[in-house]
Amino acid sequence: MIRVQSLYKTFGRQAVLRGVDLEVATAEIMVVIGRSGGGKSVLLKHLIGLLHPDSGAVMVDGTDITRLRGAALDQIRQRYGVVFQGGALFDSMSVFDNVAFPLREKSRLPAADVQNRVQEKLEQVGLAGMGAKHPAEISGGMRKRVAIARALVTEPEVVFFDEPTTGLDPILVNTIHHLIVELHRKFRFTAVMVSHEIPEIFGIADRVAMLHEGIIVESGSPEAIQASTNPVVQHFIQGDIEGAGHGVPHAGARA
Amino acid sequence: MTGPSSSPPFPLPVRLVESLGRVALDVVQSLGRFGRFLGAAVAFIFVPPFKVRRLVDRVNFVGFQSLTIVILTGAFTGMVLGLQIFLVLARFGAEGFLGPAVALSLIRELGPVLCAVFVTGLAGSALTAEIGIMRITEQIDALTVMALNPTRYLVVPALVAGVICFPLMTAIFDVVGIFGGYLVSVKLLGLSKGTYFGEMQTFVDWSDIMVGFWKSVSFGILVPWVCTYKGFHCGHGAEGVARATTQAVVLSSVLILVWDYLLGSVLP
Repeated sequence: MIRVQSLYKTFGRQAVLRGVDLEVATAEIMVVIGRSGGGKSVLLKHLIGLLHPDSGAVMVDGTDITRLRGAALDQIRQRYGVVFQGGALFDSMSVFDNVAFPLREKSRLPAADVQNRVQEKLEQVGLAGMGAKHPAEISGGMRKRVAIARALVTEPEVVFFDEPTTGLDPILVNTIHHLIVELHRKFRFTAVMVSHEIPEIFGIADRVAMLHEGIIVESGSPEAIQASTNPVVQHFIQGDIEGAGHGVPHAGARA
Repeated sequence: MTGPSSSPPFPLPVRLVESLGRVALDVVQSLGRFGRFLGAAVAFIFVPPFKVRRLVDRVNFVGFQSLTIVILTGAFTGMVLGLQIFLVLARFGAEGFLGPAVALSLIRELGPVLCAVFVTGLAGSALTAEIGIMRITEQIDALTVMALNPTRYLVVPALVAGVICFPLMTAIFDVVGIFGGYLVSVKLLGLSKGTYFGEMQTFVDWSDIMVGFWKSVSFGILVPWVCTYKGFHCGHGAEGVARATTQAVVLSSVLILVWDYLLGSVLP
């Protein structure tokens, strides 16, 4: 269980998070939606301990990780898998080595077991036989799938997805979403996804939370969010340019 | 929201002092970060697990791949020294001192300094660019969330490789340079081989070699330190990486010369 309590973060004079409260239950898929540049990735970086808040807490099974540093924080992170927005694959390594990297560095598995585990993960994401390629030699969709395989290879309890479908065509968006749902069904990890893929995410999320101007303005089941009477939520999910936030053109949602 | 325009306007001298104070604070903070960065890396050198494969890779990157340029520049530096010093010494009829002059110039000063500057341009800049790209593409964040310390993984091997490679490359630079001087002075200008090498043995002392050695070791720490730091703290996008790379090369080169002077004035 992850509980975010009154999280505040300011960069210079810009308040990005202004008191975020959020709960993610074990084994659910929670999708945080909101406009581009609205602080979703900043929130995610707080959840994985890459950023430290000005105030507030991120409780992971009762431990406030914002107070942890070094080895104590690393211990929490070993339960995590993270899929970064651009994949964050190591471009000097092959696909196979990228996926094997966390196992080789953090586990004492014999080489043969690493080999088997990596092959299995590559098969699960539909990339069997692509292990010898380098990230630069594969498409954007494949890179996302390699990133997912790498995030899942250590069989984490919690997986964070930072806009895993950004920049992909609609078919690939659905492919990646289906892959995430399928893997979630199989491994029952807790998933926290940041996305602005409307309406696709309503088909995969257990719960949706909308981050707007630094606070969670609404959270609930996909049906509840879609039926919300909150004008901010409605403007966002309908991709309403006029109402998308004080006359600023809407850059995030897909109609 | 209170914008800058609504804050009470301070008189110009106060604003100047404020700006000066801000700059001073920034400089002190940057120096603090710079020092802590090295401190953390040095601490991790002695803490297992040791990244041996990564170290071998960095030795290849910093050392082996710079060998051609080190040999080439070493040869021409020695040849230029041989020619110019010969012309000067010939005016006083003191050509016999050419060997020691070339050797001492190379061993005490030019070897460590020029070698470090060339390796900065070649491997140091590549180190900054590589780490900078890893920073902007979130690869360093990926290492962090895998509970792998990026300092241990990226900085420590480069630092250790620098300490191993710089003295070796400096030694190669010196030897090649001395032979470059030999080619010009003995083979082209007709100085006797015995004079060139014999006087060298008389005048070059073990302490001269140690001066060059300590300089090269310190440059082996300085260059990877500056270059990895700049990569780690690069700005956004390609422009940020480009700026960080330029800063790394310029700062390393300036610090090499400053440190060379300081060490030269302290060491015997």
